[in-house]
Amino acid sequence: MTLRECYAALGGDFEAVTSRFPNEKFVQKYLLKFLSDGSYDLLIRSMEEQNYAEAFRAAHTIKGVCQSLDFTTLCASSSQLNEALRHGFTPEAPALLEKVTEDYQHTVEAIRAFQESVEV
Amino acid sequence: MDSIKTEHRQKILIADDSEMNRSILADMLGEEYEILEAEDGVKAVEALQKYGTAIDLVLLDIVMPEMDGFEVLTLMNKKNWIEDIPVIMISAESAPTHVERAYNLGATDFISRPFNGLVVHRRVVNTTLLYAKQKKLVGLVAEQIYEKEQQSKLMIDILSHIVEFRNGESGQHVLHIRTLTELFLRHLSLKTDRYQLSRADMALISTASALHDIGKISIPGEVLNKPGRLTNEEFEIMKTHTVVGSQMMDNLPIHNDEPLVKVARAICRWHHERYDGRGYPDGLKGDDIPIAAQIVALADVYDALTSERVYKKAFSHETAVQMIMDGQCGAFNPLLLECLAEMADRLAGELSSHASREGASRLEMRSVAEEMHRHEELSASERTLQLLEHERMKYSFFAAMSQEIQFEFTQVPPMITINTWGANKLGLKETVIDPLNNERVAALLSPEEITELSKALHNTTPAHPVVSFDALLHLDGEERWYQIVARATWTSDEPPQYTGAIGKAIDIHESRMKLDALERMASHDPLTGLYNHASAKQQIIGRMDERPGGRFALAIVDLDYFKSANDSYGHIFGDRVLKFLAAKLCESIREVDIAARVGGDEFLLFLEYHGEFEPIISRIFNAISGCSYEGFPISISMGVARTEVVGTGYETLFHAADQALYTVKRSGRGQYRFYDDTMHQMLSAISPIDGGVPAEKGIHEESEDTK
Repeated sequence: MTLRECYAALGGDFEAVTSRFPNEKFVQKYLLKFLSDGSYDLLIRSMEEQNYAEAFRAAHTIKGVCQSLDFTTLCASSSQLNEALRHGFTPEAPALLEKVTEDYQHTVEAIRAFQESVEV
Repeated sequence: MDSIKTEHRQKILIADDSEMNRSILADMLGEEYEILEAEDGVKAVEALQKYGTAIDLVLLDIVMPEMDGFEVLTLMNKKNWIEDIPVIMISAESAPTHVERAYNLGATDFISRPFNGLVVHRRVVNTTLLYAKQKKLVGLVAEQIYEKEQQSKLMIDILSHIVEFRNGESGQHVLHIRTLTELFLRHLSLKTDRYQLSRADMALISTASALHDIGKISIPGEVLNKPGRLTNEEFEIMKTHTVVGSQMMDNLPIHNDEPLVKVARAICRWHHERYDGRGYPDGLKGDDIPIAAQIVALADVYDALTSERVYKKAFSHETAVQMIMDGQCGAFNPLLLECLAEMADRLAGELSSHASREGASRLEMRSVAEEMHRHEELSASERTLQLLEHERMKYSFFAAMSQEIQFEFTQVPPMITINTWGANKLGLKETVIDPLNNERVAALLSPEEITELSKALHNTTPAHPVVSFDALLHLDGEERWYQIVARATWTSDEPPQYTGAIGKAIDIHESRMKLDALERMASHDPLTGLYNHASAKQQIIGRMDERPGGRFALAIVDLDYFKSANDSYGHIFGDRVLKFLAAKLCESIREVDIAARVGGDEFLLFLEYHGEFEPIISRIFNAISGCSYEGFPISISMGVARTEVVGTGYETLFHAADQALYTVKRSGRGQYRFYDDTMHQMLSAISPIDGGVPAEKGIHEESEDTK
């Protein structure tokens, strides 16, 4: 799997990211690092604990990281969730959280697949 | 750019709650910057507090836990950091309101995600370059202004001193005038805004006041220093010093339109005018006389009255004030007289505390500093001063609060300065001159300890300047353990010179005593207070190593029938018997000998002997055998081994004594025996394991004791 294919699989903008980052190696480094970023876990935990201020920040961080890496799909859903939580809980939040979870898992799967192909 | 890079890398603070985002930014900026990271707003502020303007740029995220980016910016405004440290906001928040708010709070730039690596890099480079230049310029300007102020002050000092020398006045006069002028000005400006005195004006007038008598340089010495009353003619000559002074200012080839020169001119010319219009040279009246000249006139009169002159003695402060108030020394602005009356109580004190050269220059420094504060472009230098002041305040506050002795020692001059609390504690003054030869210091710390500490400090290096030293201080007739931690101070010369030390002394008496007690517990038998086996063994080996030719003996003492004491009277009684025996053993040996409890009812003695040996053992044995403790007769068995017979190996010696004891036990107890070769094959009387009752002996004793 190439980096480009990985981006296609996770719904990202490969052209955009490579134009902003110095080179593909750079992109790859942070793409793989995404797997160990704890923001998603923090988001889930905060939502469970009904700590919506923390959940807002976690969603915001995911959005920021997705913007940095041009993960378009996850960026869109996390951005929506982020807005839904800006002033505390709203009824839309749980559905948006589900969408973020779906997109996040999708993204992680794609990165894992890419990771396996580079490590072989 | 290159020159900056190679000299020292610029510091960039990245504040963002996502580790990944910080990492991406750091990577994009590359090796040429030193990156500090903060994971939330509070950490960012901590870094700013710690590094100050050493931080060249902040990349600041908006949404962060604890304290968000806007709050960080607000604080940077409050602390004036924003003027010196550029901030580039980087955020996923791109709403125009956010951008606007960031700019309003003084952010230099706003970059929204997703950002382009090249753009971020270029903007950072541009911003740091711009600020680096500005910072350098600000520093340069501040330095120059300060230097100029210092130089002109110096010139004025020199000039006015020349006049004073000719006048035969004390060198203090100019300083007094300057201080008095400043004090009057401050008071007046608080009282009224009639004269519109800015701080800059006040600084200028105080400085210029030193020149008030410069015209006296033209007055012939015999008039100037005539002890008696001046004739009318002479007085006319004397009066010309006002006009001459102002002409000197007018005739300056350059600078004659400088504010300082203008103020000095007014002071020179009109400091002998009177408020009622009857003064000289121009007979100005009321507020036609510039306020600067009015104030210097009052200061001059007050100082003349309170100082000794060729023609008069000094009046007291109270008399001088009274004379001025009564109008005996001229006519003054009623407002100024009010000032004088209101300040009368503290004037003398303030004058003497301000009049020292340091005092005057500090005051001057402060007015320069305060003046600089007004100019925004000089805020960097002002901030440095404020920081210094802040540090000084912090230090003295903590020094006063902490219950520890803090000191600073300088070698030249030999002097030690101690914080107030510490000085009280030690019963010393806060400053002790030549402490190494001071009686009171010597009473605190022995000369050996002083020498040792001094040597330790001299032996440090600039890279490793800290020494820690435990010493017994004699405080109020009490000895207490203190830990002295000191840092030697070295110059940055090549080679570095030792100049002294700073440090503190902490009372560690309690913890040291605890440690001693713990050590004691570890080496002593808790019941009898004698050494335990392990520590006795260690000491015995030490003794024998120390004196290889010495003659030593080791005896193992066993309390006979101890089990029956336990069985018949209980363990508590048994314990008391053991304590009794231990005390008896201690009594019967010399201080240098070693006594230890090595098992349940076995004791060990170790001694060195010179003459005949048998009488010593016999004496010890007889001192103990035959006495009784509360009806329980004390009988002991004793096996003795000598290094002369078995050599100096501890194990061999102990084993031999053990075998001798076994021989005694077999032949009916209540005796002592010396080890000899016939006992070589004997069994052990006691187990090699401390404290445990050996099975064999246990059975053996039981079968006999229970009879």
